Amino acid sequence: MSSDATPSADRPHPRAIVAGHGEFAAGLVSAVQQITGRGDQLIPVAVYSLGVEDIESLLRKKMLEADVHVIFTDLQAGSCTMASRRILRGRDDAVLIAGINLPTLLDFVFTEGKTAPEAARHAAERGRAAITVHGAGA
Amino acid sequence: MTLELYRIDDRLIHGQVVVGWGQPLDIGFIVLVDDLVAEAEWEQDLYRMGVPPEMDVYFHSASDAIAAMPKYLAESRRGILLTGDIATMQRLVDGGVVHNVNIGGIHSKPGRVQRLRYVFLSPDEESQLRALATNGVKVSAQDLPGARDVSLPDLLAGSEL
Repeated sequence: MSSDATPSADRPHPRAIVAGHGEFAAGLVSAVQQITGRGDQLIPVAVYSLGVEDIESLLRKKMLEADVHVIFTDLQAGSCTMASRRILRGRDDAVLIAGINLPTLLDFVFTEGKTAPEAARHAAERGRAAITVHGAGA
Repeated sequence: MTLELYRIDDRLIHGQVVVGWGQPLDIGFIVLVDDLVAEAEWEQDLYRMGVPPEMDVYFHSASDAIAAMPKYLAESRRGILLTGDIATMQRLVDGGVVHNVNIGGIHSKPGRVQRLRYVFLSPDEESQLRALATNGVKVSAQDLPGARDVSLPDLLAGSEL
């Protein structure tokens, strides 16, 4: 960790919602916490039994409660992604990143000095570039 | 038959449909039947964004879908027909174009009772499903291809919960 890293308590948190299938969100957030201790920047949301309107209202409520403007989701076709796109419709102060991985979130929690949506866009590029392939199948 | 699945799913196009069914069944197109979505270009773009580029999505109101069905049945690719509610599927059954109904997801709402992990029904909806199952239409619940196909009586009894 760099020596100029701001202590966790001084950062505004949480800064983003993580939503997806099964235990995807809780699993990724627990991994972020284990690696960085900064899991408290992320709010994991699971939506197993909910219909689309309920997913949308749950995500909207979580965003409002925590005053966050970033949503990370697991899959472009997923219900959380669909609901998030509806929430973001007509808003220019929030961003959705779909199809995330652990490197995306790691970059996000360490990006400081940017707004959360700017940090999320940066993290998306990092996550995209972080998939590497080794071995057979070429 | 090129339509592999006639599915009621209140999430319409989502991960289970596109990936869970779409990949193993090699699905090339989805017919999404919903009166509101059929009129809303923005919603259509949203659903199109959720499918891979090689998969087509066609949008219809219930009445248009009945007329368009021969075209889809003549397709060489495999497809899935989706409705977001029981009533829309009933209109297709009444139109004579659906004989086999898959309940893929009807989620929790006030007034509904849980019957399966992914199926919650109000008393009215249970009656609608019973009505659907008359005249030789097979109605059962199955969220994913590898899951058990739960018959309507078992579903309504809640015995699989």
